[in-house]
Amino acid sequence: MIRGVIVMNDQGNPRLIKFYEFQPPEKQQELVRSIYRILCSRAENVSNFVKADSLLGPNVRLVYKTFSTLYFVFIFDKSENELAMMDLMQVFVETLNKCFREVCELHVVFNFYKIHMILDEIILGGQVLETSSEEVANAVDAISRLEKNANSMIPSFSGWHR
Amino acid sequence: MKGPSLMDSLFQRSIDDLIKSLRLTPPGTEPAFIAKAIEEVRREIKSSDPHTKSSALQKLTYLHSLHGIDISWAAFHFVELSSSAAHSHKRTAYLSAALSFNPATTDVILLLTHQLRKDLSSPNAHDVSLALSTLSSICNPDLARDLTPDLFTLLSSSKVTVRRKAIATVLRVFEQYPDAVRVCFKRVVENLENSDLGILSAVVGLFCELTENEPRSYLPLAPEFYKVLLDCKNNWVLIKVLKIFAKLAPLEPRLGKRMVEPICEIMRTMGAKSLVFECVRTILTSLSEHDSAVKLAVGKVREFLLEDDPNLKYLGLQALAIAAQKNILAVVENKDLVVKALSDSDVNIRLEALRLVMCIVSEDNVMEICRILISHALKSDPEFCNEILGFILLTCGRNYYQVIFDFDWYVLFLGEMARVPHCQKGDEIATQLIDISMRVKDARSQLVHVTRELVIDPALLGNPFMHAVLAAAAWVSGEYIKLSRNPFEIMEALLQPRTSLLSPSVRAVYIHSAFKVLMFCMHSYLRLNGDNSSFPSALIDSELVSDVEVDDQNMIVTNGRPLSASSVTDHLAQESILALVNLAEINLGPLAGSNEVEVLERSTNVLGLIKLIKPMLLGSLDNGEGDQTKGELKASETVKLIFDSCSEDLGPISVNAQERVLIPNGLVLKENLDDLEEICGDVKLPLLTSFSLVRPQFPEASSNVDCQGKEESEPASESTSLLAEHWKRHSLYYLAPGNTMATSNDYPPAHDPKDKVTDEAEDLVKLTEKSIITGKTPSQTKPRPVVVKFDDGEVTNVATNRTETKAVLISGAVNKVILGDEATAPSSSRRKPPKSRRVTDESSFGIAKIDQSEHSKAGLGGSKHHGHGKERRRRSSAKDKEHDRKDKQKSDKHRSRHRADKALEAQAPVIPDFLL
Repeated sequence: MIRGVIVMNDQGNPRLIKFYEFQPPEKQQELVRSIYRILCSRAENVSNFVKADSLLGPNVRLVYKTFSTLYFVFIFDKSENELAMMDLMQVFVETLNKCFREVCELHVVFNFYKIHMILDEIILGGQVLETSSEEVANAVDAISRLEKNANSMIPSFSGWHR
Repeated sequence: MKGPSLMDSLFQRSIDDLIKSLRLTPPGTEPAFIAKAIEEVRREIKSSDPHTKSSALQKLTYLHSLHGIDISWAAFHFVELSSSAAHSHKRTAYLSAALSFNPATTDVILLLTHQLRKDLSSPNAHDVSLALSTLSSICNPDLARDLTPDLFTLLSSSKVTVRRKAIATVLRVFEQYPDAVRVCFKRVVENLENSDLGILSAVVGLFCELTENEPRSYLPLAPEFYKVLLDCKNNWVLIKVLKIFAKLAPLEPRLGKRMVEPICEIMRTMGAKSLVFECVRTILTSLSEHDSAVKLAVGKVREFLLEDDPNLKYLGLQALAIAAQKNILAVVENKDLVVKALSDSDVNIRLEALRLVMCIVSEDNVMEICRILISHALKSDPEFCNEILGFILLTCGRNYYQVIFDFDWYVLFLGEMARVPHCQKGDEIATQLIDISMRVKDARSQLVHVTRELVIDPALLGNPFMHAVLAAAAWVSGEYIKLSRNPFEIMEALLQPRTSLLSPSVRAVYIHSAFKVLMFCMHSYLRLNGDNSSFPSALIDSELVSDVEVDDQNMIVTNGRPLSASSVTDHLAQESILALVNLAEINLGPLAGSNEVEVLERSTNVLGLIKLIKPMLLGSLDNGEGDQTKGELKASETVKLIFDSCSEDLGPISVNAQERVLIPNGLVLKENLDDLEEICGDVKLPLLTSFSLVRPQFPEASSNVDCQGKEESEPASESTSLLAEHWKRHSLYYLAPGNTMATSNDYPPAHDPKDKVTDEAEDLVKLTEKSIITGKTPSQTKPRPVVVKFDDGEVTNVATNRTETKAVLISGAVNKVILGDEATAPSSSRRKPPKSRRVTDESSFGIAKIDQSEHSKAGLGGSKHHGHGKERRRRSSAKDKEHDRKDKQKSDKHRSRHRADKALEAQAPVIPDFLL
């Protein structure tokens, strides 16, 4: 199972935190900090896996990858394949690229809800749902269209609300 | 309370505005800014306008998720907004709930039940998806119970995405509410035969998670999984199926036979590394008895290790580590690559390689491996260096030094390790030094040689990490001084000025060792003199005397005095022993005023001894006769007495030794000693500082120092400088040239300084050469010395060998779980761990029981006793005819349980049909 997904920048500022089992906010922040410390200490061109037993219990490990200024981190346990997780991360980033055209950190910063929407199409409750960035992008487009149409139909003042 | 005004709504800050201003806040003022923003949100959130409310919630959730702000107070507003007709508002509300609700404590979750049910049955697929993903995030037992029927419906939804998400959600619902299994399991299984890849992937993923806990329950589904394994060509699905089989195969050996071929086929033909790696892992973990498959897998691992990609290398090493548990040859075959990985730039890879290298250590190769490792340690960063040292110590020390044959080499090697610049493993090294000295009698002479080198090196005293080792070295030097070639030199080393750098406890060991050395020298001297004096000749051990003679001559040589004739030995020995005594007196005299109790105590001991023997020495030097002889005799007897008490061999003691001591009659161990309080109450324990009061000096001793100070200090300093010079000349190895007593070095030194330069490739060649003959035991030049150990389980696993311990470590836990289940499973639910089984209300739930025959009809390939499909009665029977039919066979709980038992018994014959 995938335990969580974290995106943070190279300063350690979190841009996306999603855990699939409840973690109190303080714990989340603490995990982000400790993971950032580990990632910082790692040189370039080394393996992308880190054992995270000390952070999240036995058999939990994480895979990370840097894309420009962002660290993408997937936390998972032994029922996931390490290399498949790297591929999934690639799917996530590809989808972001499709949805934002040349995605950069600012996109991630200003599209908090959309990023979550994209992630939810890929992973549900810690299980991989979709592995084609094409499909995910289509689904996200469909949702965005739906929201736009609905919004134009519903007046925004309370009195008018049915 | 009044909500926000229209103006507030119109000029509300959007989430984008919030993020922008948050980014512009100067560092340090962020908390204040966030607090202000929260205040704003508190006002806005009360708005009845869903748009305003939604914006407010967005900001709130953003702050919660990325800045860790507590927003539990707003939980109700999320519930409120979730009923909005606009999908975007609903999404905001649900996402906020998913990110911030704690399923265990947030009580408003129950208020979401109705809305979730509504959305789960919405015609809009996106609403349904949203509800499903929210449900899986915030699922608690109540929610799971109430929404199980809706989930059940969705499991056969015609919309693929919805069905997929419903299957994924099932996992959480099962976890929270095990009874849902009865309702949903059959539908879930049916989806295994779905042609849609997305759905198949979801179901297989779900089973992969479920088998994690109790694989035995899913054995009956093996045929379905097997079909997927054969037919499916999707990497994601195959990986998950392999993971399921990895858990099932150990339970049913016949399954393994069937699986092996398809898996090898996939491994040969498929290109995806992830899939190949999964195949390798499956074979190495679960199918390790199929030799050809293992061979193929190890071949693939080798390919991984040869790749440039550090990830593949890392995973390859991990796979090897799995293989090593059952098949050490797999590691041996790839030894070259493993050793190469030790110098990889990636610390992950280095650690894995190190672990593997330690796996292959045996008595035949321990020397080479240690030599290579120590040269790596010298090149590595401090952290990894200590990892290496730690691993070496652990492996070599395991099971009473099981892999060590040549203890002379090993103690030399321990000395080398202590000298590695970043070494922080001093404690462990010290423990092993002392442990070996007590357990392995044959190693003692070499040990004394090694510890001497440690003790006489003044440079080591400055390194606090070395102190533990030095304490051990000093103890060994003192304890086994009779094996030393030159006690005088040891004495100088123990008393050298730089010992002031040591911590008091270590220093105390030094002083006490000096005491033992002095005692030994005195004793030998007296015995030597005993020949021509009144010393009882019967006590003289001729062997020892000759030893001492040699020693004395050695000392003469090292002191550079041109005297070698044995005729002068007597006189000279006397002179030098006096020098020794004076050396001790000068160095320890000041310590008698130390404010460290241990140091003070020990040095007083030595000074007391000196006070006793000095007059005797001086007297015989002056050749004074008469009443002097009497004193001498008395002193010599005392010396002998103390020496005897010190010279008894210390040995290791079994931890159980105390238990075997019979409790003497009349001794009540459990007597309450509180009464003593009354008696001793007024006797106050002296404070520790009270010991620091300067003890009265021994007037005689100090006066002696005064009068002889000048001439005595000279030889002392002279010898130190000689020592230093000698030290420089012989660098690391302090072996006297042409010393016949040196142990023949027919093995390479543990770490030759040259090794730093030698090419690693050379090491490799040697190591791989060696690997060819690892199977055989090379002719040991010396028999392994006896290692004292106790049979009564000093440590729990005295007899276990290496492979056994590993098997216990890794597979033992797994086996235990499985065997344990077998004992407990039959009566209770076999699909779920028996946690939180709820006795449900029979009046609201009809128990729909699936009969055994029903199962086979349903085409599930054999008995699946997941039966007992529980259905809400009010949920239409038309929806599921099958369930209705089964309602007829309603039976009481007891009987159904009984059936389950039977079903379990029937399980065994079912699989063979498929397998054979």
